[in-house]
Amino acid sequence: MERSQELAVQKKKEMEGKQEKTFPARYFVPTADIFETGDALTLVMEVPGVEKKDLDVSLQNGVLSVDGRIDFGKYEGFEPVYSEYNIGHYSRAFALSDQIDPAGISADLANGVLTLTLKKIKEAAARRIEIG
Amino acid sequence: MAYDDPFDATLSLQQALDAIRDSNWLESGTSGGGGYPPINLFRKGEDLVAVAEVPGIEKKDIDVQVRGNVVRIAGVKALNYGEKVSIHRRERLAGRFDRAISLPVEIDAERVRAECHDGVLAVYLPRAERDKPKSIKVN
Repeated sequence: MERSQELAVQKKKEMEGKQEKTFPARYFVPTADIFETGDALTLVMEVPGVEKKDLDVSLQNGVLSVDGRIDFGKYEGFEPVYSEYNIGHYSRAFALSDQIDPAGISADLANGVLTLTLKKIKEAAARRIEIG
Repeated sequence: MAYDDPFDATLSLQQALDAIRDSNWLESGTSGGGGYPPINLFRKGEDLVAVAEVPGIEKKDIDVQVRGNVVRIAGVKALNYGEKVSIHRRERLAGRFDRAISLPVEIDAERVRAECHDGVLAVYLPRAERDKPKSIKVN
């Protein structure tokens, strides 16, 4: 994308009822980029305000889940006077193809951006079937 | 605000933010609302704090300026995908931004400080001494 382009505001997308949480705080769906290189799939998600200790990435039944919580304690003594966006935890899940090696997932969090690198399973060499 | 239950604190703050969404508390003019980054303004004691979510933007790429009662937040957000990638999904946006808000109170430009942690920018705006309300004794 061009550097000269004006950065547009993206409205934060609230998480819908499907995987509703047990406590009544707002959850948002982090914006994500997914791209693929020869040997890995990379997921990049924006989770501003989430610290490493409040981030949970798990893989279960082929579904990769990301949960990030905001520490609302930081807002203690803050009285809102004007607001353009809401604050909330983040949650998003992705179904992985069986090309992904579950043991080869690495995560990195920097400047409110989570980068997950998912290594692909090395494809088994094509096997030639002899016709008997 | 003081809460015992952290879940209560969360919901209360979220409701409070919803209730004042785009309130006319900021002076109209300059670039009031709508620009990037979206801003939340808080009162903390006598001072103000402007908070904005700026994920993926390096500290060095954010420029915060204060002049009179106008705060300007400008910068650029770059996304780097590297070479030889095929992109499956692209939701994040890149580009430059430049936004100014004018506050209805006078601030002490010398004491303004900005912090950026985990993709959240906080600009602490101390109110100017001469702007603080003084109690007048009624005789």
